[in-house]
This record gives sequence, C-alpha cells and structure tokens, in this order.
Amino acid sequence: MAEKRFGVALNQALRECMEVDPGVIVLGEDIAAAGGSFKVTRGLLERFGPERVLDTPISEAGIVGAAVGAAMTGLRPVVEIMFMDFITLAMDALVNQAAKARFMFGGQFSVPMVVRTPHGGGLNAGPQHSQCLEAWLAHVPGLKVVCPSTPADAYTLLKAAIADPDPVVFVENKALYGMQGEVPEGLPPDVIGRARIARNGKDVAIISYGASVHTALSAAESLRAEGIEAEVVDLRSLQPWDEETVYRSVARTHRVVIVHEAVRSFGVGAEIAAKIAEDVFDELDAPVVRVGAPFMPVPFAKSMETRYLPDAGAVIAGVRKVMT
Amino acid sequence: MTKESLLSLYETMLLIRRTELQLSRLFADGEVPGFIHLSIGQEAVAAGVMSALDREDTISTTHRGHGHVLAKGIDLERFFMEVMGRAGGICAGRGGSMHVADASVGVLGANGIVAGGLSIAVGSALAHKVRRTGGIAAVFFGDGALAEGVFHESVNMAALWGLPVLFVCENNGWSEFSPSARQFAADLERLSGAFGIPYHRADGNDVEDVAKNAKQAVEGVRSGGKPAVLECVTFRVRGHYEGDAQKYRDAAELALAAQKDPLEKTAAVLRERFDADAELGQVDGRVNARIADAVGKARAGESPDFMQGLADVYTSGGER
Repeated sequence: MAEKRFGVALNQALRECMEVDPGVIVLGEDIAAAGGSFKVTRGLLERFGPERVLDTPISEAGIVGAAVGAAMTGLRPVVEIMFMDFITLAMDALVNQAAKARFMFGGQFSVPMVVRTPHGGGLNAGPQHSQCLEAWLAHVPGLKVVCPSTPADAYTLLKAAIADPDPVVFVENKALYGMQGEVPEGLPPDVIGRARIARNGKDVAIISYGASVHTALSAAESLRAEGIEAEVVDLRSLQPWDEETVYRSVARTHRVVIVHEAVRSFGVGAEIAAKIAEDVFDELDAPVVRVGAPFMPVPFAKSMETRYLPDAGAVIAGVRKVMT
Repeated sequence: MTKESLLSLYETMLLIRRTELQLSRLFADGEVPGFIHLSIGQEAVAAGVMSALDREDTISTTHRGHGHVLAKGIDLERFFMEVMGRAGGICAGRGGSMHVADASVGVLGANGIVAGGLSIAVGSALAHKVRRTGGIAAVFFGDGALAEGVFHESVNMAALWGLPVLFVCENNGWSEFSPSARQFAADLERLSGAFGIPYHRADGNDVEDVAKNAKQAVEGVRSGGKPAVLECVTFRVRGHYEGDAQKYRDAAELALAAQKDPLEKTAAVLRERFDADAELGQVDGRVNARIADAVGKARAGESPDFMQGLADVYTSGGER
C-alpha cells in the first residue's frame, strides 16, 4: 500500500470518478488552471479538459446553484468552495434548492452533487477563513455531511459522495491536507454513515470527527500512562451519523467525551449528547462532556487561536471530568 | 402566423387563464391551501415562449409559474392535485403551487425564492452542453429578480462560458408590492449589452410578438450555444398573492387590465383575420371540459401519506 497525502488521496478519488463517469465535472474558484487553493484538483484540467474542469468566477451562490441545475439535468458536479466560511454565500442553493428538490418535487429528481470545502483553524487565517460550520448543514433535511480524518477515508468517502444520489457536503480540515497515510486501492465503495473505531479502549469513549480525531488519539495515548484506556470513535459522517457504532461504544465504556473543533454551543456534540441521553441513558456512569471551541469567532493572533482550538489537554481535562 | 398556430397559442393561454380563475375560486373556498400567485394577464409570455421550445428543453420558473408549467405540458390533473395537496399530485402533494415541477417535460420546478431558478437554469444549460443533448435551458423570472445578486452571477457565468440559456424576464412592473422603478436602477437592455448577450424585447401582452421574438432568440441560443435575454413587458392583473387587495396600485393603472388583456387581443385577431368564431367556441368548450375533469379528479384524490414523505427526504430513505 502506498503512502499518500490527504490532498493527493482526494485528487485520486476525483480522477478515478472522472475516468469512470463522463458526467462527473468539477468546478470552483481557481480549481482548474491553478489546481485549487489547496491543490486538491491539480492536474485535472490537463487530463479532462476545460469543459469538465471549470474555473468559475467568484460567485459562490451562482456556482452552487448551477451545480443543482446540472445535477438535475444528468451531471454529477463536484463544487469546491475555497473556504467553508464562503458557504454562507451559497446557502440558498444548498438549503432551499439542493436539499429540498428531491422531497419537494415528489421524488422526481435526485440531486447527485458534492460540495467540497475546507474548514478549521490553525493557519492564523482569522475569523472569516477558519470556521467549522458543519452543524448548520447537518441540521438541514436533505443534505448529507461527511468529514474524513485520514487519507484513506478521504479517498473512499469522496468516491462514495460522488456516487451518492443526494447532495453531499464534504468537509476537509485544512490541517489534514499534508497528512500522510496509507491509501488502499481497489476497495469496495464506501458507505456514507458508518463510523470507525480509531482506537480500542474500555474506560471512556471519545467521539470525534475530522482533524479532532487526531487530537483525541493523542489525548488517548497520554491517558494510557494514567491507566485510562480510551476508545476513539471517528464518526466520518455527521449526517447521517452512525448511532449504532456510537451506542455500542457507550455500552462498552459507560463514559463519553465528544470532541470537535467547532464551537460547542448548538453543535454536532450537542446533538450526539442529546441522542445518547434519549436512547442509551442507562448505559452512562457520568454525564456526557463536550469539548469544543468557546463561543467566539476564530481569533487571528497566534496566541489567541492556539488557546481557542481544542487541544489534547482539553480532551484530557474532559476525560478526567467523566472519570471522577 | 397560421390560423392553427395562433389557435394553439390561444388555447394554451385560455387553459392558463381558466385554470388560474378556477384556482382563485378554489382558494376562496378553502380548497387550495397556502399561498398562490396568479399570472392572470401574463399568459402570452408562457404560451409564446414555450411555442419556441422543445419538450427536451428544460425550464425553471418562479412563484408565479403556473402558466409556464402548463404551457410546457405538465399533466393538468396532476397539476390540480398538487396545488390542492393530494397524494396524486405531480410532486406528491409536498410542494404545492410554488414548487410544481415535471421531470417528464423538462420542468425543473417553480421556485419560492426570487431569482432561485436562474443559477439552476445556468447549470442545466451546462449539462445540456456537456452531455451534447442539443437542448437548451430557459429561465423565467420577474423584474424583481434583477435586484438579486444571483441574477448577475448567473448571467455572467452564462456569458463567460457560452451556455445555451434563454433568460426570460417577465417585466410586469411590480416587485411584489413595490413598483420596479423603486427597486432597480439599471436597464435590462443595457445590462445585457454590457455582458455581450443579445437582447430581445417583446410586447408581453401580444402572444404573436412573444412567439416571434422567442423563436428568434431561441434559434440564436440553440445554434450559437450562447445565452440570450428576452424581456417581455407585461401587466400583472392580480395582486402579488391571491387575496392581496392591491391598495398600493392606482385605480387608473388597474383599469388598463381590460385593454391589455392578451386573450381578448388574440381572440379579436382570430375573429378578424381568420374568421375563427367556430373554432374559438370549440377551444372554449375543450378547455372548460379539461379543467372540470381535472378538478373533479383532484377533489376525489387522497391526502398524501406522511410516512412516504419522511421516506423520500433522501434517495436511500428517510429518518434514521
């Protein structure tokens, strides 16, 4: 198995899907000639030509809306929104059009489109280039939301997202683009909605997704020295999310910490904590703890951003809280 | 235009008019729930433009879109069932008046969001181009949509990429409850010119003029693979929504409705130019019979199944 960077794994997935299906097109700002802000689409223009690899104007509302119309007319568009913060400009196309077309038109149309977009801080990019807004999208019936944590998952889940008949928002944490990992080839198609046990443990379940999975794994290693064996669940997909795998982990460990980079309030962690309380409350030996960013915009200054982002120390503190 | 062609356009307009008058009554009687937005007085745009399109061409339209979907060929019975919220509706009773769509005749949906259909049509045109279908996309929007940002994004993309889209502006002079002059500072003809897009203007209350200009515009779009703008200047007779008393409009302006009526105008031409009294009578009877039949069947239709709706949020199924 070859080691590949996360961004290269995404590129490979796009390439393979475009080879197999002439209906797959990619479009976005600076994704063709420049290969994308994070170089995920590098080389696609040369391979597939300008009709299927489109540099768009800076028109997020227009390009996501165009993807909806293209998907309703037989293509499988994959849009790149350069930073997740800019998805705000495309909310009508995503929320009112893409998400509802299937339902609102009585199942006459499917909308097989993907919006790829990077979220997350760590680049001192400031309040409008660092946000994690996935909870907004997971709140909308009709959208799927995927967020991989490894190059292998980036590859298999992007292929699954492109094959999916419904609109999928594919969230990539910027901190992961350079991450190396094994990317197995020739795997069967992945299924959106299945979590993965990233680390086995018996004492506490740390539930996370995206780059925060690595924060959780790092915390779990430190906790081992204290004799605490943490299980780390990588959700991989937020809408739908894998209740079964999460509940099994809760039943094994009886203590739960949910970790994400997005702000805690009204977040993915809030939903999962609420569902655990509703469905498997009797399995819990302690209240569920959420670890996430404080309720403030992502700050620019390095010292501030570092403190803002949940780190392994914050996860360890969360675990101590549920262990007492 | 031949007698047969004009009679066909007239029949389409009459179908739209009588359907909407019927909807107005059904709404008043509580048989049509929600909001409905009638296009009475604007029927020539729908009939005229659609006469220039093929079945395979795709359209997207607005909250005031009954006429467009009827002219494109939506099944009348399933249309009434939809607007009346029945299980047999074209959208299974889940969309209603503002969201009628029919994939089988290329209707990508009416749209509850002003300018919502513009980028969808641009994407549909992109698909026609990439898939080499030979089809084009047409989008109907009101003058109110000109002030939406996505209008400008959509026109720009279509011009930049050379996409086969016909932008049909139904300029009825009113953006909901406000006159257009207080809503938009630019002029569509000059704006089209700035984007390098051919501009056509039609009298939106004269179906022959709309059909002629639409034919010319569509030929350019189809053969050149480039967008065109068709502005149809027309007249909204009813309020923004049904039940709107239109206190914001002058009585003098509203009094123009009768003389601007596109159906009266076309009927007069058919009588004078083609001596078509007998045919007009037949058209009248046929349209009334179709509507009566469709409404009867829609009334007898069942309510939609809630669980079926829940299961249809995603292609792979509903609530997990």
